[in-house]
Amino acid sequence: MIGRIALQLAVLLIFAPLPLGVINKTKALFAGRIGPPVLQPYYDLGRLWRKGFVISRTTTWVFLAGPVVGLVVPLLAALLLPFGGLPAPISFTGDLILFVYLFGLSRFFTAAAALDTGSSFEGMGAAREVTFSCLAEPTLFFALLVLARGAKSLNLGSLFGSQLAGQWQGDASASLGLILVCLFVVLLVENSRIPFDDPNTHLELTMIHEVMVLDHSGPALGMVLYGASMKLMVMGALLVRIALPIQTGSILLDLLVFLAGLLTLAVLIGVVESTMARLQLPRVPQVLVGTTLISIFALVLVLR
Amino acid sequence: MSLLLYALLILFGGSLGALLLGKSKLASRVGAVAVLLATMLSGYLALQVLLSGQTLTFSTPWAVPGGEFRLLLDPLAAFFILPISILSFFCTLYAGPYLAHGERSRSLAPHWFFYTIMVLAMLLVVTAANSLLFLFAWEIMTLSSFFLVAWDHHLKEVRKAAWLYLLAAHCCMILLLALFVLAGNYSGSLNFSDFGPLAELPLTSGSLLYMLALFGFGVKAGLFPIHIWLPNAHPAAPSHVSALMSGVLIKTGIYGILRILSFLPPAPAWWGWLMALLGAAGALYGISMAAQQRDIKRCLAYSTVENIGIMFLGFGFGLVAAAQGYPTIALFAFAGGMLHLWNHALFKGVMFLGAGVLLQATGTRDMNRMGGLLKQMPVVGILLIGGSLALGALPPLNGLISEWLIYLGLSQAGISLGGFNALVPLLLIGLLGLVGALALLTFSRLIGISLLGEPRDPSIAQHHATAPAMLISMATLLAGCLAIGIYPQGALRLLTPALSSVARLSVGAELESAVAPLGQWALLLLAGLILCAGILTFLLRIGHRAQATTWCCGFRFSTVRMSYTAEGFSELSAAHLMPGIMRPHLQREKVEGIFPAATSLAQTSPDPVLIRILNPLFIAVGDRCQKLRWLQQGQLPIYLLYMFILCILLLAWSVWTGRGG
Repeated sequence: MIGRIALQLAVLLIFAPLPLGVINKTKALFAGRIGPPVLQPYYDLGRLWRKGFVISRTTTWVFLAGPVVGLVVPLLAALLLPFGGLPAPISFTGDLILFVYLFGLSRFFTAAAALDTGSSFEGMGAAREVTFSCLAEPTLFFALLVLARGAKSLNLGSLFGSQLAGQWQGDASASLGLILVCLFVVLLVENSRIPFDDPNTHLELTMIHEVMVLDHSGPALGMVLYGASMKLMVMGALLVRIALPIQTGSILLDLLVFLAGLLTLAVLIGVVESTMARLQLPRVPQVLVGTTLISIFALVLVLR
Repeated sequence: MSLLLYALLILFGGSLGALLLGKSKLASRVGAVAVLLATMLSGYLALQVLLSGQTLTFSTPWAVPGGEFRLLLDPLAAFFILPISILSFFCTLYAGPYLAHGERSRSLAPHWFFYTIMVLAMLLVVTAANSLLFLFAWEIMTLSSFFLVAWDHHLKEVRKAAWLYLLAAHCCMILLLALFVLAGNYSGSLNFSDFGPLAELPLTSGSLLYMLALFGFGVKAGLFPIHIWLPNAHPAAPSHVSALMSGVLIKTGIYGILRILSFLPPAPAWWGWLMALLGAAGALYGISMAAQQRDIKRCLAYSTVENIGIMFLGFGFGLVAAAQGYPTIALFAFAGGMLHLWNHALFKGVMFLGAGVLLQATGTRDMNRMGGLLKQMPVVGILLIGGSLALGALPPLNGLISEWLIYLGLSQAGISLGGFNALVPLLLIGLLGLVGALALLTFSRLIGISLLGEPRDPSIAQHHATAPAMLISMATLLAGCLAIGIYPQGALRLLTPALSSVARLSVGAELESAVAPLGQWALLLLAGLILCAGILTFLLRIGHRAQATTWCCGFRFSTVRMSYTAEGFSELSAAHLMPGIMRPHLQREKVEGIFPAATSLAQTSPDPVLIRILNPLFIAVGDRCQKLRWLQQGQLPIYLLYMFILCILLLAWSVWTGRGG
């Protein structure tokens, strides 16, 4: 088990920043630019690691707890998930609830860290983050329950097990398609991508996540970015596993399939970001309510 | 059993002592020592009963017709005595320095008299085994807590809140009287031990008793939509009293429902559905209202409505599952509800006591005037943050364990039931997820606005010292939260005897083995966090570090008034997530002209059920009753005539009913 945990963590730690580079490259290509190299996120992390800290006088330890929790939570949550064909290292009945609440913990501390600076900008980001997640969380639950109903089990390891391939051919394929859409929307919301948030702007009133981490600097900012990229990979792993339920038996091949799926997902996010405009803020809750309804519909289909 | 009697006697003696000693300082000491001693005894006894699963009884004649001083200490009673004892102990420890801070001239003797009597009454309520004794204890509990809520009676809002509480409590008393009279009528005795015939009642009479119990006890428990007294009474009471009321007193309502259910025939599914759906609605309603309050204690009071809702959801769904023949699912749901009851006593204790410290330090309950308090009161701040994590059901604390058990019950039903029967449990999971996310909003707001950032109101004095006894009592309660989070098996093992009597099922080791991984995860999470925090601290130590002001996007003249307020934080959710009737009320003046004058904007969020439904209803009833005023002629002969007519009617009635026999 230790070997599996180590492998999982190594995959996560090594490859997490890669999708971000692919997203940016895709966006650059769409815009007709060459864009930064694909490995730019790694360079950024390296540079931030070497920098010093600038810390606001207003803040307390809560401000630094934000990056710490934001880094630890995706690392631990990844242990509950299969990465493509690689099975989940730790699995127990009901771990899907823990998975959702772990991300709740990181959201609590990110929002608290943002409020700790006393800045109105960061307060705004925190308010938006916690409000929108109220709508994303039920959707995530419903999507996982559709899978649980199919797998007749309540642990993420078997939720994303080998029965998925069979389900695509059976009656449940429509539901799987619907929850794939829902999970993609949840992924965009939770990882602050267009059309819900713009990861590239810092100074506009429409963004959410980036404004919450405005005051972090140096290695702490590096931890925030690294944590965010790992969160993207963990949420992406849900989607990739549903879309590509392939189990080759060889660890290396499984890993390659998983990474290929993840990079395809990154390209897809890049395409969405390039072709869509950011939604007006009041539209965001409406879209999210729509997604929740779709996920309930998927649930009804699978109960039929 | 004698330990419990000693505890009751000590409390009674302590209350009289406090009253007799009057204004002297000794009164407070006598009252406090009596509660501390008595709760230690009762807590020890409860622990013993829970560990051994035995049942203790005591009985002595009582010169009241139909009454008997009969006590019963079974695992179910012990399950409630344990949190009552623990929370009363720490609230008492806290109360000394907390009250000493107030007006010096005021005598504390009445407070200690009512406080000890309230603890006495709570212990008596959960052990009484005779209907009259139970109602007697229940009424004493209501009255003593009424006087404690009305402690600051020079304030108008406190008087109003206490009055509302008294009214609501006596409406529930009417239902309870009917309940026990009916039960006594069916079984022929008022002793609980003779309530055996109730188990053979037909469904209709059983349902009548159940509904009387659910709504009669539900008022006290804060069941939606009859929770209306709770959001006003908790902020009005002194903080340790709020903690005690929110933590354990309202749970005597749940005790009543569980006790009555144990006499009634096995519950049909709809009893459970009614309870579960009211619970789910209450959870959603409570947390949505909590997210909009700027009064820190009112916010916590609404969160009590939410948590009570979650408990009712657990119990109700357990009844449903038991009725439909799924014992494992029922066990998970019941265990979740029961563990949540304990958990809530612990973390709501921490939060109300912490709110009391903030109230004492700043002189206000308004979050918008606080801010930056974590820097000035680091220990209290950490305790409040810990309590908020537990309340938000976040790992590694105990709130997650009990909600997780309920989630597990619901989702097992969701994946194993056939077809559309599974839809309701599955939808309830989504609803519970929404409640969890709103709780996160509420408590990140509570922490962020009141403790973090810059001090918002410069007029509030800096540097506050908190008495060690207050800190110790809060810290011990929070340590309990963490202990249950890390070692949930222990808590579950302790409540197993009570669980098997509530669920009417034998409990194996399946619950303990199911929660064990959560405890290990909590440890893993703590280890990960400590490791990562250590790395960051190391980097801070060796790296270059500069202090600066908060970056305000290039704007140089940022002031405290620009930072987010409590209303600002919840504005988005109020505008986009809540239905219209639940939104806060705005009072604003019109902005006119090119150079408008200074204007004001005020926001309040009163309880929609109270102001939209119950107030208009009672006003309408009052208006109708006005029309009966002509009966009151104010002349003696007419009243004598009424009595005469009544006597004739009664005579006629007795003759008419006696004819058949």
